[in-house]
Amino acid sequence: MLSLNYISQILPSLLAGTTMTLKIFCWTLIGALPLGMIFGLGLVSKIKLVKYILNFFVWLMRGTPLLLQLIFVFYGLPIVGIVFQRYDAALFAFILNYSAYFAEIFRGGLQSVDRGQYEAAKVLRLSYWQTIRKILIPQVAKIVLPSIGNEVINLVKDSSLVYVIGIGDLLRAGNVASARDVTLIPLLLVGVIYLLLTAVCTYVLRQVEKHYAYWR
Amino acid sequence: MLKINNLTKKFNDRTIIDNLSFEVEDSEILTIVGPSGAGKTTLLRCISGLEPVDKGEFYLNNKKFSPYEDTGSESVIGVVFQDYQLFPNLTVLDNVTLAPQMVLKQSGAIAKQKALERLSRLQLNGKENLYPYQLSGGQKQRVAIARALAMQPKILCYDEPTSALDPELRGEVSNIIKGLKQDGMTQIVVTHDMDFANEVADKQLHVVPVK
Repeated sequence: MLSLNYISQILPSLLAGTTMTLKIFCWTLIGALPLGMIFGLGLVSKIKLVKYILNFFVWLMRGTPLLLQLIFVFYGLPIVGIVFQRYDAALFAFILNYSAYFAEIFRGGLQSVDRGQYEAAKVLRLSYWQTIRKILIPQVAKIVLPSIGNEVINLVKDSSLVYVIGIGDLLRAGNVASARDVTLIPLLLVGVIYLLLTAVCTYVLRQVEKHYAYWR
Repeated sequence: MLKINNLTKKFNDRTIIDNLSFEVEDSEILTIVGPSGAGKTTLLRCISGLEPVDKGEFYLNNKKFSPYEDTGSESVIGVVFQDYQLFPNLTVLDNVTLAPQMVLKQSGAIAKQKALERLSRLQLNGKENLYPYQLSGGQKQRVAIARALAMQPKILCYDEPTSALDPELRGEVSNIIKGLKQDGMTQIVVTHDMDFANEVADKQLHVVPVK
C-alpha cells in the first residue's frame, strides 16, 4: 500500500541521495564538456602524436565499462600510490569517461563544418582562436546538441554506478530502504525521481536547442 | 600593381600551373578563363594564400610578398568564394563587421557605420539584421563582396561569380564589378563564362591544362 506516511518517512533519505546524484551529474558535465571540446579539437588536429594519444584515450574510455573504471580508480590507483576519496574518485572516473564520449561527438561536429568556413576566416585574417570562438563553436554547438543531450540523459542514470564504490546516491538510498522495509515502494519512488530529473534535462535541452534555432 | 613571376603549383607530382607569369595594373579587371581542369581555381587559391606554391614570386607595387606565409593583419587579397561561405551563425552585419573589429581593431561603431554604408551601396539596405539563410543567392554574393571589402584589400578576387546565379543576375554582378573598378579596386575574376568574362575584362588570361 502506498501510504503517504511511509513515503514521508523515507523521502528525506531519498532526497539526500538525489542531492548526491545531482552533484555528480553537475560536476561531471562542468568537467567533461570543456575537456571533451578540447579533446575533440585535438582529434581533428594536424599533429599526429596528439591524435594518436587521444584516439588511444577514447578507445580505452569507451572500450571498457564505466563500472570497471570506477573500481580501478578507487581500488586500483592506490596500488600505484594515487589515492582518491570516494567522491573524488567517482568524479575523476566520470569526467574522463564522459569527456571521451563528448570528444567523439565534438570531432564529428567539427568535421561537419564546411572547410570553406575555415578558408573564409583565413582570408579575412582571423586567427585560429578567433575562428574557433566566433565561427566554429557556435556552428558546432548547434550540430552536436542533440547528441550531447543523449549523453546528458544517460549521465543522470549512469551516476547510479557510484554505488560500487560505496557512495550514497539516489538508487542506493532506495535500495537501502527497500531491503530494510521489505517493500518495492522506495524503488518505485526512485524511478519517479529519475523520471523527473530526466524530464527537467529534456526540457532544458529543448530550450537550448531553441536558442540556436535563430539561424540555419 | 600585382605582378606574379614563374608561378608553379603541383599536387604531388601533377603539375597544375606551370611557370605562369602575369601582371595586373591598379584598378584593372583581369579575368582568368579556361576550360575545367585548367587550374583557374587553384591559381586563385595560390594568389589568395589558401595554397602554398612550389615556385614563383609575388610582387605588390614591386614589393615582394608571400600570400601563403604572410598572415599579418594587413589584408592584401580579398576573396569572394564561389559558394560565398558566409558565416551562417552571424547576421549580415556581423558577417561584415567581424573581421574589421577582431583583426583591424576597428571600434564597433565605426565598423558598423562603414558596413552599413557598404551594404547600402550594394543595395542591401534593411538586410543587415537577417541571417544568410534568409537571403537569395545574389544577395549572399553581395554580402560576401561587402565582407571582403571591409578588410580593405588591395585586390579583390572572385571565384566563378556567375556560376550560382540566374542568367538575369549576371548583368548585376558585372555592374558591381565595374562599379568597384570606378572606386579604384583591382579585381581578378576566375570564370568559365566567356560572355561574362568578355564583358568585364580589361585584360584576359587564358589558362590551359598542363599536359
